Amino acid sequence: MAASTTAAPARPARRLAGLLQPTVIVYLALVLLLIVGSILVAARGGMLLDQGGILNILTRSTALGLVAIGQTMVILTGKLDLSVAYLIGLCSLIGAETMGGDPGMIVPAVLLTLACAAGVGLVNGLVITKLKVNAFIATLGMALIIRGYLESAYSGPSGDVPRAFQHLGYARIGPIPVSALLMLALAGLAWWYLMRTKGGYHVYAVGGDEEVARFSGIRSDRTIITVHVLCAVAAGLAGLFLASRLGSGAPWVGVDAGYDLESIAAVVLGGTLLAGGRGGVAGTIGGVLILATLDTIFDDLGVTPFFKDVVRGAVLILAVALYARRRGLLR
Amino acid sequence: MVVTGLTDEAPAVRMRAIGKQFFGNSVLRDVDLDLYPGEVHALVGENGAGKSTLMKILAGVHRPDAGTVELGGEDVTFGSPRQAQAAGISIVHQEFNLLGDRTVAENVFLGREPVRRGQVDRKRMEADTAELLDGLGERGISPRTAVRRLPVAHQQVVEIVKALSTDAKVLAMDEPTAALADHEVELLYGLVKRLRERGIAVLYVSHRLREVFDLSQRITVLKDGELVTCTPTKELTSDQLVRHMVGRPLEAQFPDLADEAHLGRTRLSVRGGGNARLSGIGLDVRAGEIVGLAGLQGAGRSAVARAICGVDPFTEGTVELDGSPVTPTSPRSAIRHGIAFVTEDRKGDGLALRQSVRDNALLVRRAAFGRARGLGALDLAALLRSVTLVSRGPDQEVRYLSGGNQQKVVLAKWLAVEPNVLVVDEPTRGIDVGAKRAVYDLLRGLAREGVAILMISSELPELIGMSDRVLVMHEGRLAGELPAGPTEEAVMTLATGHELEAA
Amino acid sequence: MTETSTVERKPRRIRLADGTGPVLAVLAVLLIALAFVGPAYSEPAGYLALLKRAAPLMILAIGQYFVIVSGGFDLSVGSLVTAQVVIAARLIDGEEGATLWVIPLLLVTGALVGLVNGLITTRLLVPSFIVTLGMLLVLDGAVFLWTGGSPRGALSEAFRVVGREGFEVPLLGSVPWSVLLLAALVVAAVLFMRGGTGRTLVAIGDNDKSVRLGGGRVENLRTLAFVLSGISAAIAAILLGGFAGVSAQVGEGLEFRVITAVVLGGVVLGGGRGSVVAAMAGALTLEALFSLLNLLGVAGGLESAVQGVIIIAAVAYASVGRIPFRTRRST
Repeated sequence: MAASTTAAPARPARRLAGLLQPTVIVYLALVLLLIVGSILVAARGGMLLDQGGILNILTRSTALGLVAIGQTMVILTGKLDLSVAYLIGLCSLIGAETMGGDPGMIVPAVLLTLACAAGVGLVNGLVITKLKVNAFIATLGMALIIRGYLESAYSGPSGDVPRAFQHLGYARIGPIPVSALLMLALAGLAWWYLMRTKGGYHVYAVGGDEEVARFSGIRSDRTIITVHVLCAVAAGLAGLFLASRLGSGAPWVGVDAGYDLESIAAVVLGGTLLAGGRGGVAGTIGGVLILATLDTIFDDLGVTPFFKDVVRGAVLILAVALYARRRGLLR
Repeated sequence: MVVTGLTDEAPAVRMRAIGKQFFGNSVLRDVDLDLYPGEVHALVGENGAGKSTLMKILAGVHRPDAGTVELGGEDVTFGSPRQAQAAGISIVHQEFNLLGDRTVAENVFLGREPVRRGQVDRKRMEADTAELLDGLGERGISPRTAVRRLPVAHQQVVEIVKALSTDAKVLAMDEPTAALADHEVELLYGLVKRLRERGIAVLYVSHRLREVFDLSQRITVLKDGELVTCTPTKELTSDQLVRHMVGRPLEAQFPDLADEAHLGRTRLSVRGGGNARLSGIGLDVRAGEIVGLAGLQGAGRSAVARAICGVDPFTEGTVELDGSPVTPTSPRSAIRHGIAFVTEDRKGDGLALRQSVRDNALLVRRAAFGRARGLGALDLAALLRSVTLVSRGPDQEVRYLSGGNQQKVVLAKWLAVEPNVLVVDEPTRGIDVGAKRAVYDLLRGLAREGVAILMISSELPELIGMSDRVLVMHEGRLAGELPAGPTEEAVMTLATGHELEAA
Repeated sequence: MTETSTVERKPRRIRLADGTGPVLAVLAVLLIALAFVGPAYSEPAGYLALLKRAAPLMILAIGQYFVIVSGGFDLSVGSLVTAQVVIAARLIDGEEGATLWVIPLLLVTGALVGLVNGLITTRLLVPSFIVTLGMLLVLDGAVFLWTGGSPRGALSEAFRVVGREGFEVPLLGSVPWSVLLLAALVVAAVLFMRGGTGRTLVAIGDNDKSVRLGGGRVENLRTLAFVLSGISAAIAAILLGGFAGVSAQVGEGLEFRVITAVVLGGVVLGGGRGSVVAAMAGALTLEALFSLLNLLGVAGGLESAVQGVIIIAAVAYASVGRIPFRTRRST
């Protein structure tokens, strides 16, 4: 319900709530996590934020960050995309196979990969808007279709990424990987798109209330299709990045890391409302960094990987409960 | 039958011989409508008379099957709201079409954001919005505020500014006061006047006859999809208008009041009831009695209903049912004590629209009582007959029913739990005159069977016509009590916080 | 008003809940096709075997139906099934005597997980998608944390009886216990959905406010739906453990498969619409489809692709052509 609440008088609670913008909370939490993590790691004689640690956190963030940027846009319109995990695998294969070890093929391969990804996103968007299929089902269906193709066509890694392209995955400036910088640049671009352009305004409008958007003359179908295409392209970039890290394409690279649900988790952790209309890329990047930092801390502490999942699940639920409470205060 | 306009100018919009069918049902036949610049033209009629269809044809939402829409002498019959907007016709919807999380400026320019060098020109957008607000004399609203934080009346202003921002020459307003409190309505009156002064043609659709008389220069009445009359407002009395709308005189609209012999002992009694919004509420309702609760919007009428029914309970004072004290702390406990609550917002609060008539009629019975119901067996068919429901049977989904029949389903679901006390909040809002009469008869019939009824209504004639006693509220307190058949003046005097002169 | 006042004239006949028709038709076609393609389906035993295979998914579909129809999601069932099987194996460790107390323990654990899902969803106001996603992560991690990475122990013979064995019935031959259990659950679920609580649950999915004002305990009923889903996962785990044995992959992907099945049955995501029988029919349809594809020699990969196409087509069929109805979003 968009506009049915009456204004409440300014209360201390409101001021507090205003301070606790989800984006602010996320980065505060990140800083806190870094401090606590550093202390814990230091207590075991290690150092969290040394060159290796920073590198580790940022590298982990890159692929998830790419996917999550796209996922943010989709979720802002009130939809979601469950097909990204398989799409990542598919794109890593398309990229690596097209390159076939030939540096001259890098550019065509990248273009082809992104075009294929965009095609998948386009189909997702069309199925959702024209066939009026719930986004959950539409993208789940797409995920199954891609999986079917991957299962029948591949049994393992395939393709060959030339060294030049592998540099993309490993090159760094000081402790900071170039790929992470590229990811952050993309995040900046997405932020600009959402906050400054007409298309971005319409993303929030469609997520806020699709009816209202339509009545105001916004072609909501177009907006929804656009975000799905953008999300798929972002997943394509993640696929290319992973291919450059692995040296080849791998069908299950996206699924094994659970990038579908993981990216949704990162977006929601970053304070974007699952129902759409509220949130943004800045929060998402915070969410991604938190997840990556958690992983790195656990690695440094030598905790078993299974414990990570437990903490992750708990953090996710707690964070969203906190945001829900905050919204309650504002009501 | 077009009456000459008030001005010598050509009409801004001329609709001629408009006809429209839905699924073979003719909803509009041969309707003419002229809108002149600087005129407020009221469009009235019962529900289903075709008002909103006509309005939607004007706004390009529907295409007419017959007839033409002319703008400045040209046939323009619109194919989409976008075209209509481009031609200077805007619509202010009944439900707000605003995004709560976006700012005023973002809402006003939604879908038409000014762009400069690839970016939305936020500064210009905000300046233009401020200018538009200024032009309407609304200086209290900042273009940068999130709409969610504005009071409802200001949201309405934003809605109107949004409609005007397209350089509208013609503005269609669909029940613009539906969501406003009484003091906020004043604000809208001023706004509409200024729109007139600017030479905008306003089509004003409303159920509230007082507004129609206060604001309009001409009134067009539709009935069953046909034009009944189009008359200058000055030449009409409200009785005549109602007769045009209903096709029968206003008299004999309400069933007889209760006589003393029918009144039983006190069923509901509140003493010193108070909570965040109310204080010192004391009232009694006897078996067989309908007590009207009057007051301006925001005076706390609904709060009393919600408190008695356990939605927002009293935090102080006592409630007695049939002489024994109870504390309804939740709807569930209130219902189990025999209190039923017909809420104001039928679709939002009352009905599960996609469920069948049966499931809705049984909803309270099932939800509140579960297995150990302690209620007698229920004859669903008889129950539905008793509320004179017209439907295609108990399996029909309620969303396909008319507003009046939906309200009857709401009543049925409460009657299914055999309440002793019935609280009804705006029981006839948005339903047509025929169904209203059915609801009145039903309520009176229940009272005769010994139910104590507390009735809230914003329509004073209805409240006065139905109530055996009228309680008037003002700012969260009871301002006074009036016997059956008070004058509207007496009720309004109390409702506005004045004392009645000693008679 | 020209309407006449007739309430009910038509004789009562058995009425299919909406959305049931198409899935039953598809199911019938599939079952007949099976008879033509597979010689095993020329007698009841073939269909009984199909039911036996389908039983776990159908039972999960019952639980998921409760959650979906009341307006939620339960993504945790897949992990829950895995967790249950792994726990059972570890606790029983081949010891027959342990079966007696392990089975009730599983049911209780399932109910507890559902209770936690339900309580967090209803009391902390976290969207169920996120809650159960978090639960999925927690369960995944916790189980392997406890078992140290790979399932240990073994199930007892007694435990496996329900999933594997059958009993002799004249004419039909050997009827699997799981089919009997399934039949009992179907009857229970249908009775439940016909009763007051079941109808109220559907009404909650449609308009929870009206139920709350009507004296219903919305939070409790929603929580109950999650508890039932948890219990259904426990039962499915017992059947699957018996049928397929212990593995860490036993529940993998089940959450999406069961949501597919329920949606295939015409149950609308978001709640308020659909019948439990249709949800189960959706599950059976899915299994029948897989059997048919198997018989036709379609490769495993295509199986999921077909699943993807079908789920999109089914939902598109259901939503295109349905009169658009204005609904406001509820978070």
